[in-house]
Amino acid sequence: MNDPSVRFVPEPERYEFTAAPMHHFELARRDFFKFLGAGIAVFAVAKDTPATQETAPTQGFHQQELPKDITAWLHIGEDGNVTAFTGKVEIGQNIRTSLAQTVADELHLPFESVTMVTADTALTPFDFGTVGSRSMPTMSPQLRRAAAAARDLLVGAAAKEWNVAAEGLTTADGKVTDPATGRSLRYAELARGKTLAQNLPEEDPVTPPDQWTIAGKSVPKKDARAFVTGKHQYTPDLRRPGQLYGKVLRPPSFGATLASYDAKAAMEMSGVIVVRDGDFIGAAASNERDASKALKTIHAEWKEVPQTSSKELFSYLKKNATAKSDDRSRRTKGSVADGLAAAAHRLDATYTVAFIAHAPLEPRAAVAEWSDGKLTVWTGSQRPFAVRDELASVFHVPESDVRVIVPDTGSAYGGKHTGDAALEAARLARAAGRPVQVVWTREEEFTWAYFRPAGVMEIKSGITADGSLTAWEFHNYNSGMSAIDTPYVVPNQHIQFHSTQCPLRSGSYRGLAATANFFARESHMDELAHAAQIDPLEFRLKNLSDSRLRAVFEAAAKSFDWSSKKTQEGQGFGIAGGTEKGGYVATCAEVSVDHASGAVRVVRLTTAFECGAIVNPDGLLNQVIGANIQGLGGALFEFIEFENGRITNPRFSRYRVPRFRDVPEIEAVLLDRKDLPSAGAGETPIMAVAPATGNAIFHATGTRLRGLPMVPNGMNPARS
Amino acid sequence: MAKPIELEVNGNRHTVHCDPETPLLTVLRDELGLIGTKYGCGEGQCGACTVLLSGAPRRSCQIPVGAAAAKPITTIEGLEKNGHLHPVQQAFLDSGAFQCAYCTSGMILSSVGLLRTNPNPTSAEIMQSLEGNICRCGTHPRIVEAVHQAAKSMLERGR
Repeated sequence: MNDPSVRFVPEPERYEFTAAPMHHFELARRDFFKFLGAGIAVFAVAKDTPATQETAPTQGFHQQELPKDITAWLHIGEDGNVTAFTGKVEIGQNIRTSLAQTVADELHLPFESVTMVTADTALTPFDFGTVGSRSMPTMSPQLRRAAAAARDLLVGAAAKEWNVAAEGLTTADGKVTDPATGRSLRYAELARGKTLAQNLPEEDPVTPPDQWTIAGKSVPKKDARAFVTGKHQYTPDLRRPGQLYGKVLRPPSFGATLASYDAKAAMEMSGVIVVRDGDFIGAAASNERDASKALKTIHAEWKEVPQTSSKELFSYLKKNATAKSDDRSRRTKGSVADGLAAAAHRLDATYTVAFIAHAPLEPRAAVAEWSDGKLTVWTGSQRPFAVRDELASVFHVPESDVRVIVPDTGSAYGGKHTGDAALEAARLARAAGRPVQVVWTREEEFTWAYFRPAGVMEIKSGITADGSLTAWEFHNYNSGMSAIDTPYVVPNQHIQFHSTQCPLRSGSYRGLAATANFFARESHMDELAHAAQIDPLEFRLKNLSDSRLRAVFEAAAKSFDWSSKKTQEGQGFGIAGGTEKGGYVATCAEVSVDHASGAVRVVRLTTAFECGAIVNPDGLLNQVIGANIQGLGGALFEFIEFENGRITNPRFSRYRVPRFRDVPEIEAVLLDRKDLPSAGAGETPIMAVAPATGNAIFHATGTRLRGLPMVPNGMNPARS
Repeated sequence: MAKPIELEVNGNRHTVHCDPETPLLTVLRDELGLIGTKYGCGEGQCGACTVLLSGAPRRSCQIPVGAAAAKPITTIEGLEKNGHLHPVQQAFLDSGAFQCAYCTSGMILSSVGLLRTNPNPTSAEIMQSLEGNICRCGTHPRIVEAVHQAAKSMLERGR
């Protein structure tokens, strides 16, 4: 644990973990209805798992246990309100709203009648986490199938009531109607007095996107009013009865171990609880100031370990690459050597990306409460079930004694997969015998959270005289494999990921390594286009057969007016694109570079995005435009500086994030493919921003910038 | 026991007993339970803790509570009147000008403060006055749009 090389294992492939149903849901059917009240319940089971209990629609489970691979369920109460349960987390991506739309759409009832219960390990079925843009492609269809099955149950109940065939009955606006007689029954009436539970039938057709009525349209965000009135309680806003506030004594550097410790003064302070457990030292008091004061009186000496710095980062990553490579991280097609030999132009270039921080505005926080040996934790996490397991394992209690609840959270961007604050709050709460809240400071957030991994990308390529790719060799050191493959047609390829010793704790970030791999690939494609003297868009299309990717390139270029010429000094246009997580993106950027000062401004971005059938166009626009703005930070100026196990710029005053002045004119062009299933949209729209911007800077200045961030000090680094 | 400090928050008087150097943010959240004002950075860089002090937007994490004594303070909880949202709140709601919404209280109060001194700002003026407010989700264009909409509705009401 204390060896930094062990402690800071990079996690470049988190997304490749599959959400295998390792966990059993303990709630029995009897308890389920006790909690929800009578009514009709339908359980969705993971699509690829054969349903464990096939039951006819009206049979239900009776006294049996619930199946073990449930992914979601919904319940129609005696009041006709529908509650849908999912382990997904609302972190600003609007999933609470989009999933409610899906349910309302399929169940044929008003959007307002659907309530989503999310991310509560006691109430919602196991979920791997709100990661990898999986909520729409996996959770949405499962809830839709559950809603379709529930509708069938309601129709069946009405048919029985009227003693008619179910086939002729229709559903709309929360009612089942018999067109033959005109009579109708509300869902509430049909659910009354019943405790019907049903597993999803194997095959149950759902409404195709071109017949959606509530999905596919913009609806207001669920609970929006609570957010503009300040009433919504994020984790740091919770106040449990008798709650104490906890602070943690941080080591001076990563990997430091406690050598000596004297907390006498702190322990003598009244109302202060001090905990030392291994290298963990924390205090809890009735307010944060007293807890901090107590920590200041503690004399702790730490044994530190020498570590590398951000100045040597990229050579460090290369030098510490592990020699071994398995098939999973390497792929080869044809012969790169032959492809290079046949090329008219060859290019060899290296690209880098720095560590960056997620910097969610709500810092990591948790409230922990022990009662009769059972633990309840509220925390802003993307993976409540993983946090539950972490807590159970650390505190040696069964998982069933730990409940993790995630209030709608002040964003995450891939940065809240772990339960660090939850563990800290729970440790202090156990010692205090009272609920304890831990809210990280911004400095803690910038230091002790994990980072988007830094990386080095090396590309060797070749093209024919007329611009067809002949060879593509791509190496990624450390940052990861997401979008490591090229979408272009290349007969000879070698693509490889190299894991290395990573100097900082690293993990997921919006889009993960795809931003790095897009940046390297799309910058390199631009370089090749210029080498071949072909328009960068034309060059891409020439080497591209994927029609969905071609469509977004063409849509972005059209809306941006790609073919227009420079009209001003310092103006430049760039284009980039690609596909990842089922989404297709292309971005055009216009920059303006002031030659005298070296200042770079992104003036305009046009991003075309296609993610299959669109569920909520307004919510999607918010995500696409937001991703573009966030992407500008990593493209232009965000980077973590570190030395000897310390982050040296752990504050917003030293770590620049995009602000209003950085926001260009942005256009999002959404391609709605009603013939295709919905893919996730939270991540992919960020990916083409950096390379499009870099390509525009090259167009404006003739200077190729191959490292992210590209212009933390403008075009002239010496001016900093 | 520290000397009592008189605060006037959202039209209500409160007496708090704490070190006058305590940040106003801490007192609002932990003593008065006004949790709509958010901690984001503690160095006045992110604007999540913005409140109106004597009508002007200020970073409550940077104001010692002693310096806020006896001055009118408005937090997000004080904008809604008789169940009616403030036009700026309504405009944020109508424009969907938030994603995770953690920055929203601060954005709204900064905007209310702006519209008090400049009832019909240009986009450039809005962006300039919100420069100190960070939105990590990238909702900036909608926020600018919401402030325009609020300005319009306030001018129409003749306020």
